[in-house]
Amino acid sequence: MNFWNDPLKVAADWLEGIFTGWGMDAVAAHVLTVFLGVFLMIVILMVVDVFLVWIERKVVARFQDRLGPNRVGPFGLFHPFADIVKLIIKEDTTPGDADKPVYNIAPILSMMSVLILWAVVPLAPVMLGTDLNVGVLFIIAAGAIGALSIIMAGWGSNNKFALIGGFRQVAVMISFEIPMLTMLMIPVVFAQSMNMNAIIQGQSVWYVVLSPLGALIFLTAAIAELGRAPFDLAEGESELVSGYNIEYSGMKFGMFYAGELLHAFTFGGFWAILFFGGYRFFGLEQVSPIFAVLILLVKALVGYWVIMWVKYTMMRIRIDQMLSFNWKFLTPLAFALLLVTALMNALLSSAPVWLYALGMFLANIVTAWVALEIARSATKQERERAEGPQKTAEARH
Amino acid sequence: MNEWIYVALFIIVGLIIPIGAILAGFIFGPKKPNPVKQSTYECGIEPVGEAWMQFKAQYYIFVLVFLVFDVEAVFLFPWAVKLGHLGLYAVIEGIIFVAILVVGLVYTWRKGMLEWA
Repeated sequence: MNFWNDPLKVAADWLEGIFTGWGMDAVAAHVLTVFLGVFLMIVILMVVDVFLVWIERKVVARFQDRLGPNRVGPFGLFHPFADIVKLIIKEDTTPGDADKPVYNIAPILSMMSVLILWAVVPLAPVMLGTDLNVGVLFIIAAGAIGALSIIMAGWGSNNKFALIGGFRQVAVMISFEIPMLTMLMIPVVFAQSMNMNAIIQGQSVWYVVLSPLGALIFLTAAIAELGRAPFDLAEGESELVSGYNIEYSGMKFGMFYAGELLHAFTFGGFWAILFFGGYRFFGLEQVSPIFAVLILLVKALVGYWVIMWVKYTMMRIRIDQMLSFNWKFLTPLAFALLLVTALMNALLSSAPVWLYALGMFLANIVTAWVALEIARSATKQERERAEGPQKTAEARH
Repeated sequence: MNEWIYVALFIIVGLIIPIGAILAGFIFGPKKPNPVKQSTYECGIEPVGEAWMQFKAQYYIFVLVFLVFDVEAVFLFPWAVKLGHLGLYAVIEGIIFVAILVVGLVYTWRKGMLEWA
């Protein structure tokens, strides 16, 4: 039954026993075991990533009323493997004018920045990965490496499209990092900790109930951070052809592509962890860590599906619209929401749980309503300035 | 054991996997470079000039605005963690702190620097 309750620790102890049995130092055996564990984790992530390619292609096909991949294997399940073989045996062309070291390091950093995010993901109550006390800050730091890899790819390619795409993508990423940072503070305020596991443990009531607007702003900022539609202006097929990864081919392109999909899945997971209770599901996570991991996986897939849903429904917006949406609407709203949450938290600190939840929920709704009204009247004034005073209904006909 | 060793291991393995994949592509792929193939892609037209040129300065202004808020976040995270213990006084301090930053945003806004010209 021990394996059922804590499979990872049992396996780790068994491996460490073997290593020390070979006459290895205890610390070295521990580090080696952890290394193998991390390796296994990342290999599993890469396998999940392969299936994400299939899911993405199948879902976009269904959104667009097509069949999608359906030739190789049942339901086209082996298509991604054929893709990998193709990417490996393709010639890897490097533009002659490129800045070679920068050009070559960029895809590696892009993949790495996504993989290290999983260091702080608590998979189950007993499978914490790294139980950092600054887990939330770690997400931001890893995201900054992603922005760095994109500017490196755009600059190193020595291509005008790539450079414009890279600049645009980084402008989007750093702009939307502000609302994202602010929304990451809301679970921190509730849980009184930056530890990811403490945030999950604090969610007897899911934080999406306490802060629905916060969850929505976080998702918007996450989509922008991922560079997906409606914020995929760095890609812009019709103007920039492909954006920052235009000069990449073979496996280097594959790394950007796989990194992007895994990034989207990871942010689906973070959305679930921060606002939807992570691995918690009505006490089922206490039965076995295996269930907890499955619950987190399902929640992350639902989050990923929502991100895909937005991607294939929305149109791409222009860069000026994107920047004014962020700096003139989302950033002030995010700060207003943070301060309202802090204020309500202080006022309701001694209230019972149901009153606390109700107060927080209503405060969110009121904040959202006020923000939308202000935006509506401001845009109306702007439109009237641009078009002259509004004509009446009869005059228009 | 120090938690950051796990993070270091994650970074090491996270570097090994993509390097391995790219090396596999390097080993198995054909290598037949020629000058035309290696020229910079510009929709089939011969590339004109270099891409490393002067670029729109507006991006720089957004980065400056971003920097202010990014640094501010480092101060706000500890505030958010301890908010439950410090009570209303800390909330009012936080409001004043954010208000000072918002003045900066409003200044940028009124100067017309947030318009994409």
